[in-house]
Amino acid sequence: MTPAWAQLGYLVAAVCFIVALKGLSSPRTARRGNLIGAAGALLACVIVFLVSDLNHLLPILAAIAAGTAIGVLGAYRVQMTQMPQLVALFNGVGGGAAAIVAIIELTELGTGSAPVFDLIATAFTIVVGSVSFAGSVVTFLKLQELMTTRPVVFRGYPIVYGLGLLAAVGLSVGLVLAPSMLFALLLAAIGVALGVLLVLPVGGADVPIVISLLNAFTGLTVAASGYLLENILLLVAGTLVGSAGTLLTRLMASAMGRSLINILFGALKGGSTLGATTVSDRPVKSSGPADVAILLAYAQRVIIIPGYGLAVAQAQHTLRQLVDLLIERGVQVDYAIHPVAGRMPGHMNVLLAEAQVPYEQLKEMDEIDPEFKQADVALVVGANDVVNPAAETTPGAPIYGMPILHANQARQVVFMKRSMRPGFAGIENELLYEPTTTLLFGDAKDTMGKLLAELKALTV
Amino acid sequence: MNTGTEPIIWLTIFVLSIFIGVEVISKVSSTLHTPLMSGANAIHGVILIGAILVAGTAQSTPILVLGLVAVILGSINMVGGFVVTDRMLIMFSRPRRALEKPVRRELDQ
Repeated sequence: MTPAWAQLGYLVAAVCFIVALKGLSSPRTARRGNLIGAAGALLACVIVFLVSDLNHLLPILAAIAAGTAIGVLGAYRVQMTQMPQLVALFNGVGGGAAAIVAIIELTELGTGSAPVFDLIATAFTIVVGSVSFAGSVVTFLKLQELMTTRPVVFRGYPIVYGLGLLAAVGLSVGLVLAPSMLFALLLAAIGVALGVLLVLPVGGADVPIVISLLNAFTGLTVAASGYLLENILLLVAGTLVGSAGTLLTRLMASAMGRSLINILFGALKGGSTLGATTVSDRPVKSSGPADVAILLAYAQRVIIIPGYGLAVAQAQHTLRQLVDLLIERGVQVDYAIHPVAGRMPGHMNVLLAEAQVPYEQLKEMDEIDPEFKQADVALVVGANDVVNPAAETTPGAPIYGMPILHANQARQVVFMKRSMRPGFAGIENELLYEPTTTLLFGDAKDTMGKLLAELKALTV
Repeated sequence: MNTGTEPIIWLTIFVLSIFIGVEVISKVSSTLHTPLMSGANAIHGVILIGAILVAGTAQSTPILVLGLVAVILGSINMVGGFVVTDRMLIMFSRPRRALEKPVRRELDQ
């Protein structure tokens, strides 16, 4: 059906996608890789218009223009701190698009004579596409803190979820045996419900892993649509994303020292209400910018642990100036980057890259962790869960098992915090009450500015 | 539609693609997890092709409207995904100042 030159064009586009993923795996080639991927996608779009006998060209072009405008606007206006939410949304709309394509394709397959494999692919795409769409919307709500970031579990959850899964399987069988629009729409509704249920019990800190998983889901639905539409490019591209996404999900989960099952359903076992939202009134040691400036200025070795709070306050630029000043004074300064610092694995690297922090100063966890013993000061800026000893000492804690940075081994720990509010995972941090810990309260940007001023005064 | 041995060919392509997908990202550094997720996300935006195909062959107005919704969603996914990934990666590839000459503070703000 499709002419040979168009098939060749699709092959070129598929190769572009493979090269893109390959390129994205290394810092030097990442940007070029992404651009090659975009070129492949553009090529595929041109081909589909040239070879297919399409009606309604004008409305389609208008729809593409509208989608492009929304996508570009979103991509340019998003703050780097809000990146995970945006990726979740982009993934969700992709899943939604796949589900719609499958529903429409069902009307074309007609009833009775359609091949079984086609109907299975249709049912799969409708369910999983809807799961991906609804799940992504819930992850968006959690990350945007429009709903609670704590795991949401209710009594009877496993039963409801099990029934939902059974209904999805039953309806899929129904769709294959007797294709009808009613079954298709019911399947989409069940998919939406399952998607919401899938993400509800996941705690805020784990949500990014779920985005990656849903990303892989969407990839598989795109692959199934490719089979349905007899389009090899969709099959290859979707499968690539499905398998690469699954691997990436596992890599991220292992960076957090957790299994995927534990991340998804750990909250169901209960016991994760530890610490709750109550703020303890135990005494802490707090101090002013002037004292901390002196502490930093006369240290030999300072390790900075940046967290999401730093980026939210947009204090990373001021922090970089502070670090420059310390280095000028001869202090050895490094940034300790926890793999899940920020809201998404690798997020902190993006945020610090935005502030033009030299790449050599960013140390990965395995490399820097043994050096805390020699550090005079560990400066924790807007981070919390990644230095929380509960990950090692409290088996019931939601972050239990996550590798942490051992800031407590430094001679002094300085916490820059807005308040005593617990971190994203919602658990209290024992490190705050250690005798070697000093707290510096205030908005990170504000406090960082004062700290910088004090340090400049010392240097002159 | 697919008949005869053709499903086997599709299955073959599917299975081989799984291995390629795993192989190409097996050595990714955790620094790049975020852009990689975002870039992979953009790639599955090719569902736009499928959306264009079903919208372009729609026989009735409701189907056309549904198809156009899919086209809009697909293009948000594809275009937005590539653009935002590029925005992130520009910051990685931007030349940074070397450790030896860290000053020029006055120009920074």
